[in-house]
Amino acid sequence: MEITTGWYLVLGALLFVIGGTGLLIRRNPLVMLMCVELMLNGVNLSFVAFARQLDDIGGQTVVFFVLVVAAAEVVVGLGLLVAILRRQPGATADDLSALRG
Amino acid sequence: MGALQILGFVGPSVNWWALLPQIILLGAALLILLASALAPQRTSTAFTTITTLCSAITSSIVAIGLWNDVKTGGPSSSIASAFGIDGFSIFFTLLILIGLAATALLSHGYLDREGIDPPEFHALLLCSAAGAIVMASANDLIVMFLGLEALSIGIYVMIAMHHRRSEARESAIKYFVLGAFSSAFLLYGIALTYGATGSTNLVHIRNYLDAVVFRDQHLLMAAMALLLVGLSFKVAAAPFHFWAPDVYQGAPSPVTGWMASIAKAAGFAALLRIFFAAFASHDVDWAPIVGVLALITLVVGAVMAILQTDVKRMLAFSSVSHAGYVLVAVHAASAEGTSAALFYLFTYTLMVLGTFAVVGAMGTDDEHPLSRYAGLGHSRPILAIGFTVLLLAQAGIPTTSGFIAKFQVIAAAVNNESYFVAGVAMVTAVIGAFMYLRIVMAMYVTDEEKERTSPTWHWTTSVVVIAAVSFTILIGVVPQLLIEFAEDAVPILIRG
Repeated sequence: MEITTGWYLVLGALLFVIGGTGLLIRRNPLVMLMCVELMLNGVNLSFVAFARQLDDIGGQTVVFFVLVVAAAEVVVGLGLLVAILRRQPGATADDLSALRG
Repeated sequence: MGALQILGFVGPSVNWWALLPQIILLGAALLILLASALAPQRTSTAFTTITTLCSAITSSIVAIGLWNDVKTGGPSSSIASAFGIDGFSIFFTLLILIGLAATALLSHGYLDREGIDPPEFHALLLCSAAGAIVMASANDLIVMFLGLEALSIGIYVMIAMHHRRSEARESAIKYFVLGAFSSAFLLYGIALTYGATGSTNLVHIRNYLDAVVFRDQHLLMAAMALLLVGLSFKVAAAPFHFWAPDVYQGAPSPVTGWMASIAKAAGFAALLRIFFAAFASHDVDWAPIVGVLALITLVVGAVMAILQTDVKRMLAFSSVSHAGYVLVAVHAASAEGTSAALFYLFTYTLMVLGTFAVVGAMGTDDEHPLSRYAGLGHSRPILAIGFTVLLLAQAGIPTTSGFIAKFQVIAAAVNNESYFVAGVAMVTAVIGAFMYLRIVMAMYVTDEEKERTSPTWHWTTSVVVIAAVSFTILIGVVPQLLIEFAEDAVPILIRG
């Protein structure tokens, strides 16, 4: 069976959905960060698949930008997590609920 | 460079003059960081505030020069048509610079009071402002995404910089997780747009959509839906607003003002540029969805605001309902609607900055129960009058800029024959006014005399409040000044 672009797009969409679902249902903040990465990589796969299909280098270049942005985001996210876990060791998303109304 | 020329690589031509506003801001950020690293003692707040203010003023002078260039020479683009210089981008550049100056002034007293290191805060604020300008000027979806991330990442850190308050950290992580989540949606939307049209450049996308009739446009529809969801999170439009009350409440007040005003304005700039300019030929597809979003946002913002007891949460829902009014203007999908949206964003930004200036001065321990405002009309009459004007302007009372803004938005909806949307906007304006009047009533009508917390007042805060109040009344009386500016700033896409 030939693997067409569509399969890559489906895989990308699946990664995105798994990441998105994980972000919404997992309580461990570290796993939530990993889920964000999964979503972004699903998007990256779609970009590369489209770039191959369109025979255009633009989509592949975008992936580099996304990787850099994802790295920058994770740096900030881990910094925030360290700041929170230092005060509340083992905090989950449910523990961070002082603000509500 | 030499090696690249041998390889036959020719980079795109760069109009450095047009990029100068952002370069000045980033240069000021580097200067502040460098000075704080090299100086033997702790960098003073005065130095960072003055540097930020000077960079904002220089930047706006350059932006006004660019505005005159655009007026005489027409819009242009730079860096292989990835960056647009038109009335729209300069309108937002000036708006962002005003927001930057106001936030720098507001943070001046706050940083000193709370003992937060000023250089990092101001450097992040400047980077965040540069990101917002890039986002509003982007002529390419990827450049827009990079601007959005520069804007957001700065805000994540600025919220969490208050290291003694766990609410600030909680608020930062909530904003971070949902910000990253919404960025992923936006990026997926960009990927699908790229797949459907073959480019991320907005000019190319528009030309492609004008020329091609799709046999099935599922991909394009999915792309538009994802882009809309991603940007709705950023501008806090219902049903993607649930982060806003928590984040606004936990964040330091100057940062809340920055998020509520500039992050929202930059989000709408991106929304207008993508949907009104690039997807213009498909407005029958996206305008109804935007209309539904606008209806939900208006109702949720107005009704939920009434149920709150914390002033910052009330203002968070009020900012949700303001997003609803701008969406009503976007829904009209006309030049009139777009200039109404621009007018609304400009006046709203100044109102909300003034409002959060007062809120920041009132809550020394970052608690903002409504009871704290009780009796303010007697203890601080001038402050109370200023706050009242700003709140009534947000409610849309005539002779304030808020009234003209709401009137224009509703007029654009009526001219577009969206009578239902216009009707709901008028009804929710009345419901929303109740919330603002509740704060005003608390200030003036009270019989309890006990424990009045006197606000910690810094003169820089007064400057912001006075400027915001005078602008609000000036535009309320002579709206023509801003209407023409907004009409000249309707977005266009420029081929490089």
